[in-house]
Amino acid sequence: MRGPSITQTATTRDTAPHTRPGVAAAFFDALKTALLVIGLGTPIILIETRQSGAVVTLHLRFGLLAALAGIAFAARLLHLLVIAPWLANRQPLRLAERIPRQFKTWAKRAVIAFVVLYPFIALALAGKGGAIKWIDNFGIQLLIYVMLGWGLNIVVGLAGLLDLGYVAFYAVGAYSSALLATTFGLSFWLCLPLAGILAAFWGILLGFPVLRLRGDYLAIVTLAFGEIIRLVLINWVDFTGGYAGISGIPRPTFFGLPFTAGEDGFAAFFGLQFTPLHRLFFLFYVILALAFLTNYVTIKLRRLPIGRAWEALREDEIACRSLGIDTVTTKLTAFSIGAMFGGFAGAFFAARQGFISPESFIFMESAVILAIVVLGGMGSQVGVAIAAVVMIGGTELLRELDWLKQIFGPSFDPTKYRMLLFGLAMVAMMVWKPRGLISTREPSIVLHERKAISGDLVKEGHG
Amino acid sequence: MTAPLLQVRGVTAYYGKICALKGVDIDVNANEIVTLIGANGAGKSTLMMTIFGDPRAREGQIIYDGHDITQLAPHEIARLRIAQSPEGRRIFARMTVLENLQMGASIDNLAHFDEDLERVTALFPRLKERLYQRGGTLSGGEQQMLAIARALMSRPRLLMLDEPSLGLAPLIVRQIFDVIRDINQTDGMTVFLVEQNAFHALKLAHRAYVMVNGEITMTGTGRELLSRPEVRAAYLEGGRH
Repeated sequence: MRGPSITQTATTRDTAPHTRPGVAAAFFDALKTALLVIGLGTPIILIETRQSGAVVTLHLRFGLLAALAGIAFAARLLHLLVIAPWLANRQPLRLAERIPRQFKTWAKRAVIAFVVLYPFIALALAGKGGAIKWIDNFGIQLLIYVMLGWGLNIVVGLAGLLDLGYVAFYAVGAYSSALLATTFGLSFWLCLPLAGILAAFWGILLGFPVLRLRGDYLAIVTLAFGEIIRLVLINWVDFTGGYAGISGIPRPTFFGLPFTAGEDGFAAFFGLQFTPLHRLFFLFYVILALAFLTNYVTIKLRRLPIGRAWEALREDEIACRSLGIDTVTTKLTAFSIGAMFGGFAGAFFAARQGFISPESFIFMESAVILAIVVLGGMGSQVGVAIAAVVMIGGTELLRELDWLKQIFGPSFDPTKYRMLLFGLAMVAMMVWKPRGLISTREPSIVLHERKAISGDLVKEGHG
Repeated sequence: MTAPLLQVRGVTAYYGKICALKGVDIDVNANEIVTLIGANGAGKSTLMMTIFGDPRAREGQIIYDGHDITQLAPHEIARLRIAQSPEGRRIFARMTVLENLQMGASIDNLAHFDEDLERVTALFPRLKERLYQRGGTLSGGEQQMLAIARALMSRPRLLMLDEPSLGLAPLIVRQIFDVIRDINQTDGMTVFLVEQNAFHALKLAHRAYVMVNGEITMTGTGRELLSRPEVRAAYLEGGRH
């Protein structure tokens, strides 16, 4: 509804960035916006068709259109008189440089402590019934995406290889783990590394044909690769179960102790009262450990020759070759290590759900993971984690907004606005932090003192 | 007389169907500065890139220090201690100066990193002040210094420089050429220099080649070529320094 006013923002920002425009001028500009809304809204909002039986009747919604035009008018006026002058006069954000180092280390420890204690905090605050949702939907779900984001960050953020089909490796991990478990009865702890290895293998398989491609071309091929994997999963019914997927995937056990109510279960062995929360706690710590592993490996790799080569490759491939870096190996390792973590996440996903189907591995998933990496600031581990929390946590929070139904009526479903909010968040990011939430890049080597490199100074769209 | 460090024999190279090098012969002796001059599009950069393995030579032979490197991949060629500073500097813009230098030392896995860092920052004191600055924020001259310093970090026996004077002020060009002369005289570094700035390059070079349309048309010592009327007419007059 605010479409027209958004498109105009760009032009007025150039013309009146520093001085506050006259109130009269702003008023007329806002009036123009309102008229635009009315013009655009006449066909799409004013006229509504209602069908009852075979009869279609036209209804004119003057009130709604007027309300929207009013909102556009007010928003435009507010933007011109308050927001635009404020934006023009504010100092650029340099959070990373302003916060003292000591505070940063303490903040880091506090966050890690919070994450480690999270299930207990959830249990204490929400009680046994409420904690399930908080641990499962917010804890485990979020951590899966954090891990996927970190995995893709190796390929896109560090090595600069735009991959739109990352979900394929997630799918390979999930299906290989599920098939190994259901066909050969292998335990989760055996399936997990095997799924990682298989996904890495597929990463290399994808890597070979696309070695010479970069940028848009690479993106298209990886996109197609993701779709091919999904279509194979759907159509190879004998092997994958097609649309029906694979069910009855064995749940992970605690060193052989299943999380069941029976005699030989985890609860009975430790003399605890059985509750489904035990399994959730366990799953939470498994994915937390996997995510920490991903982060640890990435941080270590960045300081090793291979990690430095990835970053150099992102910056300039020709320069890499002239310095004796084997770009073939560099690209293939980036693809395979990124894919391996996707595979781990997939194996965990299969074990957590107990059921998988191709529906979980659609292109939308790739897009969301890529959005997490881009929003977070390509290459920044912390940024990616924050972006995953905001994007996935935000989506989950929308489910919690049932009270909005009292305002907008019972047919209002906040989750339907998910994509709209994603879009708004993206647009806002493009305007204010085009290089992502954390755009500073820590150098991987320092001789005496550390200094962060501000990404604000970097040309947008470079590298 | 020992065999030249680098021998290029009858090398042809193509971009698709377009022939960029038509049977080029060049020798670069150890401890020598050899310059290749020529107009835009003559094939100078292509020759340098072909020596470095990309694009590969279709015919002919490239022999370096007794090895036939004609069919080797660029990273294998770099391991034989040939370093290249490619056209347009191509430094890593988002990485710091120090990280750029580190990438230059990657073939030896940083074995002599500290020592070599001392050496190249002594050659280019400007870089020492800017070790933690991002490469992209350096001035053009500093970026060129970084590109040469980065190439030197791999301890090359043959240093190939593609147009180090490109887009730089005359004063900076002189500084950079002084450094090239310096590393040649003190360390005995063999340098193969591709240049459009014919006057400076010919003055610096022990020997030089002139390339026209993918063929070598003239060769001689730097001074000889400088005094030849056809060289003066084609590459010096009008751009008198």
